[in-house]
Amino acid sequence: MQSGLLPTIAHRLAVLAYVVFALFPLFWLLKVSVTPNDLLYSEGVRMWPSATTFEHYAHVLRHSAFPTFFKNSVIVSGSTAVIVTLLASLSGYALSRFSFRSKYWIVALMLLTQMFPLVMLVAPIFKILSPLGLTNSLTGLVIVYSAFNVPFATFLMQSFFDGIPKDLEEAAMIDGATRFTAFRQIILPLTLPGIAATLGFVFTAAWSELLFALMLINGNDAATFPVGLLTFVSKFSVDFGQMMAAGILALIPAGFFFLLIQRYLVQGLTAGAVKG
Amino acid sequence: MASISIKNLKKAYGTFSVLHGVDLDIADGEFVVLVGPSGCGKSTLLRMIAGLEGVTEGEIQIDGARVNDRHPKDRDIAMVFQSYALYPHMTVAENMSYSLRLRKVAKDVAARAVTAASQKLGLEPFLARRPKALSGGQRQRVAMGRAIVRQPKAFLFDEPLSNLDARLREQMRAEIKKMHADLKATSIYVTHDQIEAMTLADRIVAMHGGVVQQVGSPLDLYDRPANLFVAGFIGSPGMNFLEGRAEKDGIRLRDESFMAMGDVPEHLLGQQVTLGIRPEHVVLDAHGQGMPAHLDLVEPTGFGIILHLTLNGLPLKVFTLDRAVLQAGPMVAVTLAQEHLHLFGPDGSRIGGTSDPAAAA
Repeated sequence: MQSGLLPTIAHRLAVLAYVVFALFPLFWLLKVSVTPNDLLYSEGVRMWPSATTFEHYAHVLRHSAFPTFFKNSVIVSGSTAVIVTLLASLSGYALSRFSFRSKYWIVALMLLTQMFPLVMLVAPIFKILSPLGLTNSLTGLVIVYSAFNVPFATFLMQSFFDGIPKDLEEAAMIDGATRFTAFRQIILPLTLPGIAATLGFVFTAAWSELLFALMLINGNDAATFPVGLLTFVSKFSVDFGQMMAAGILALIPAGFFFLLIQRYLVQGLTAGAVKG
Repeated sequence: MASISIKNLKKAYGTFSVLHGVDLDIADGEFVVLVGPSGCGKSTLLRMIAGLEGVTEGEIQIDGARVNDRHPKDRDIAMVFQSYALYPHMTVAENMSYSLRLRKVAKDVAARAVTAASQKLGLEPFLARRPKALSGGQRQRVAMGRAIVRQPKAFLFDEPLSNLDARLREQMRAEIKKMHADLKATSIYVTHDQIEAMTLADRIVAMHGGVVQQVGSPLDLYDRPANLFVAGFIGSPGMNFLEGRAEKDGIRLRDESFMAMGDVPEHLLGQQVTLGIRPEHVVLDAHGQGMPAHLDLVEPTGFGIILHLTLNGLPLKVFTLDRAVLQAGPMVAVTLAQEHLHLFGPDGSRIGGTSDPAAAA
């Protein structure tokens, strides 16, 4: 399609403006993390400090509890993502393919869980987890995160399953597969983009969750990284340099994770399954 | 190969009834076509035979054994879907051998079966390709190949050709027929295309509204349709219908014109009846003898010509091979070949053997 020069330029400019707007905070994170402490307040607002340093990174890695936070976060987010995706695949498949008596109510109930502000639920959840010994533990966090993410992830997976023609598993069943074999060998491989998207969504949600982590965990041993970031805020000062350095480090696994799954995110595997 | 027997089969979704008791016996090696408009229950019937839909009432037997509660995988039937339903993440060869792998057939045996089937279907150059790299016709062939490598008890086809263009459809139709002559496999074929039904079937099962309307050979259905539905559904262009009242020696049509017929059965006198005549049995009379009709529309198909006429205010379609009508004026003369008149009673069912010249005389 031919379009004028002006609309093209306007379009590109709009995209550019958005990209700058979205990425600027990240840039600022990076900039502060490499600014020496003595220059942070003395140089005023500059796009790049006159001198850079990696001392904040070194300090965060060597002298803070950040590696522990980091490890905890990886464990919590990773397990949450895997558990939720597993459950959501099964329940999403059920919602997509079967009709059963209480389906309407289950869907309504799952939607309902998404309507409450989480703050309301912190106290009751604490009350439930405390006698079970699940406060101040990573297991407790994984359970809570999984519970809160399963409904949305289920809807997400359901929509991916809806996009896969029913004919495929029927063909597999006629070919001699049980329903579960058809699910495993035919449907799941085709849902990889959906699974990747769900994994990514849940992983990032758990990775950046602060509220429950803050309320259910005390002490550094079981703290996740968002809670850990708060340790850089002390009563009298905020150590911005170290905080930003920790933030940059925390971005790495999330970025790496998306790099791993992006191939599935953009891939349309179902092309050619049916006439199209 | 196997025989399939269906006894008083019913299907309902809640209170919504789709099949109202179907009885059908399919002999070993027979090619049966289920035909009817969309929503007539033909696909549901097929899917029940495949085991993809549960049975509400009645019985399905394959080779004399009741299979109502058998999982599709244990029925040993193959199905070709309208959408082909090829596994997109598998190559053509893997698609074709999937059923054999599930049955844990030895690798070399499976490979031989795939080779044989792909030779038969001309798929050898594509064995390593994924379905998305194939054309519609090639995908269709893979779907057929997937069915034949298994040597199942029966083949089910669910409108397998409706996604192909006309030329390819014609070609695949002939191939399916050839394949059936070759394999002698019991086959049930669902279509809404009556040409497919006529050309492929040993026996046609015409369905409408969840009820079997007529079962018979293609020419049987064409020449002696059991009721108005079958008469109107089979044949293209479709049969002409003229409504009227039965009188002693003929039918008084809506416009008060009189259509002489042989014996009209006594019990019909004074009743509303319908006369049917196929477009090719309406004769155009070059000498101007017969009933005058107005020529509204001419549709040349190349092979023949379809004329849309108005006869005494009633629409009438005519099919003729005579190109001279293209020069005809707005008025033509027609006669209805009496020996080809079909008579349908007030309930729409066929009266007598009016297509049989001896009976009409």
